[in-house]
Amino acid sequence: MTEQGNSTPLALDRADARVKHEAGLSGAVQTFLNRVRSGDLGSLPVIVGLVVIWTVFTSLNPVFVSSSNLVNLLFDCSTVGVIALGIVCVLVVGEIDLSVGSISGFASALVGTLWVNQGWPVALAILAALAFGALIGSLYALLFNRLGMPSFVSTLAGLLAVLGMQLYILGSTGSINLPYGSALVDFGQLMVMPKWVSYTLAVIPGLAMLITGIRSVARRRAANLSTPSVAGLVLRVATITIGLELIVAYLNQSRGIPWMFGLFVGLVVAMNYALTRTKWGRSMTAVGGNREAARRAGIKVRAIYLSAFALCSLFAALGGVLAAARLASASQQAGTGDVNLNAIAAAVIGGTSLFGGRGSAYSALLGIIVIQSIASGLTLLDLSSSLRYMITGAVLAIAVIVDSLARRSRASHGRA
Amino acid sequence: MIESPEGSASVGELVLSLRGISKNFGAVSALTDIDFDVHAGEVVALVGDNGAGKSTLVKILAGVHQPSSGTINFRGRPVTLPDPRAALTLGIATVFQDLALCENLNVVANIFLGNELSPLRLDEVAMEMRAWTLLNELSARIPSVREAVASLSGGQRQTVAIARSLLLEPKLILLDEPTAALGVAQTAEVLNLIDRVRARGLGVVMISHNMEDVRAVADRIVVLRLGRNNGVFEPDASNQDLVSAITGASNNAVSRRVERLRMERDHSAQAGEPRP
Repeated sequence: MTEQGNSTPLALDRADARVKHEAGLSGAVQTFLNRVRSGDLGSLPVIVGLVVIWTVFTSLNPVFVSSSNLVNLLFDCSTVGVIALGIVCVLVVGEIDLSVGSISGFASALVGTLWVNQGWPVALAILAALAFGALIGSLYALLFNRLGMPSFVSTLAGLLAVLGMQLYILGSTGSINLPYGSALVDFGQLMVMPKWVSYTLAVIPGLAMLITGIRSVARRRAANLSTPSVAGLVLRVATITIGLELIVAYLNQSRGIPWMFGLFVGLVVAMNYALTRTKWGRSMTAVGGNREAARRAGIKVRAIYLSAFALCSLFAALGGVLAAARLASASQQAGTGDVNLNAIAAAVIGGTSLFGGRGSAYSALLGIIVIQSIASGLTLLDLSSSLRYMITGAVLAIAVIVDSLARRSRASHGRA
Repeated sequence: MIESPEGSASVGELVLSLRGISKNFGAVSALTDIDFDVHAGEVVALVGDNGAGKSTLVKILAGVHQPSSGTINFRGRPVTLPDPRAALTLGIATVFQDLALCENLNVVANIFLGNELSPLRLDEVAMEMRAWTLLNELSARIPSVREAVASLSGGQRQTVAIARSLLLEPKLILLDEPTAALGVAQTAEVLNLIDRVRARGLGVVMISHNMEDVRAVADRIVVLRLGRNNGVFEPDASNQDLVSAITGASNNAVSRRVERLRMERDHSAQAGEPRP
């Protein structure tokens, strides 16, 4: 660094002459292309997949891309999407929870029983369901931390046990109808944002990116570190803002953006912040990558596992409550069937690794849109659920294959 | 051989003092009745054959393993090291032989792992700056601190691990084979660094199989053999003494060669004066 100090002073992180650094807007594009080429695909496969799926279904039935169908799609996404968000938490630390479907079913049954049959206030019933979810997750963490029980087995046991509890509290009636017209059911079926709210909210991500981006550039410049391209940042912000506004405008031609989907996206953004910008999130990724290294760095590994399992079950319970609101009922079927695998598949299709240490909250959002698009498209084509299962299974397999190939490419290009 | 374990090389305050440390793994006694001292501003080399218990001793000091018996005094106070966090908080930093880095995290994240600045809103800029300062102090050649550690070479990883150990301003640094994976220039850098760390008044414990490296920086050489203390040497002790202390045998290939060379030298010295 010293010998080059006579010309323009080099940034602190640009002192090594052997390393190529791309600069400016073209540099940002070039860096992105290099990343993709070496197997660091990020969300690219799922976005490409989504385009393919939408094209196919639209050509088969144009109703698919109608705004009213897409609004319904967003309603359906939110319930399993919240569950998938919990799955991301356990996958990041390299564990799994196979009982999220049962937990969501039990949570909906608990809300139905306490609220409709026992006459509890609805808020208290929901809180009880969420607390139960967190408790189950803590139990898995206890079994894992203290007894060394693999999460695969403990949650498989939980799948059956919690399903049994769901059937038990629903009793002989089998299902409880939630009253139409109540706030919870309206939230799950009807409530959409006023148009001005949705347009305003669509500006916020771009604005936040712009402000944090500019502030970071200023701070990096002050600290004598290289700065990313401002033009690239502005381009990204413009693309995202215009894209979101167009989507919102299209959806507003029908009913508009469901509040329930707003809640889901809010949770995704919050989780993304927690996973990438807090010490807790850093510890989660570290534990998923190298557990022993994390322990030797002084991280309380057991507490991290506890938080991951508890959060996963908590999100599963919340997803169950939302599903009950969506269906206006708590039944013996809630949370059974494909809920479990859809949630896990959504996280994996979205790009969260099954092997820990790699994952993003946004993968739950992207993945569940893929899964629900397939479900919705096949329903529109009047195909039976047998075909739906087969096709969803094939998509999951493709997603895992892409993940494995990308991992191999990353390894040969010297990336994690 | 120096008779008293404290030795004559004491420079400053007694930082670390172990008395009667034993560690059993089931039926195997990895360490038996170890006494060990480190003073401030002193580099103590820990040498011994494979299986002598060097790494076990370091892991006990790092809080990874707990001793079966014995006492640990750190800066005059008896302490226990139930977990790695406790050791780090006391001021004992460790560079492990396997480095203990998270390959999926980038260099900055690894250096600050467990000690992130502003936990609820990570201060990436400040962390990156501090990381570069540390790495530049070590004359490190790291292409980018935003690359995952998986993309770094062995030597670069070693440097990252050493930079991480310096982050918390420790009182005692444990280096388990710090130069094993390094090239010539990087080895020299690490030895320079050890010198600088000593000059700052820190205690350094260094495990190495390389006697040249050991002699270059160590103030005292402590030999372990089969989990027991087997002598304390000055850095100018002869190779033969060291080798026989390490292997426990005065008659083996290395000692025989040293003996032969010495004999030839003596021989030529006696008869050699009239030689052309």
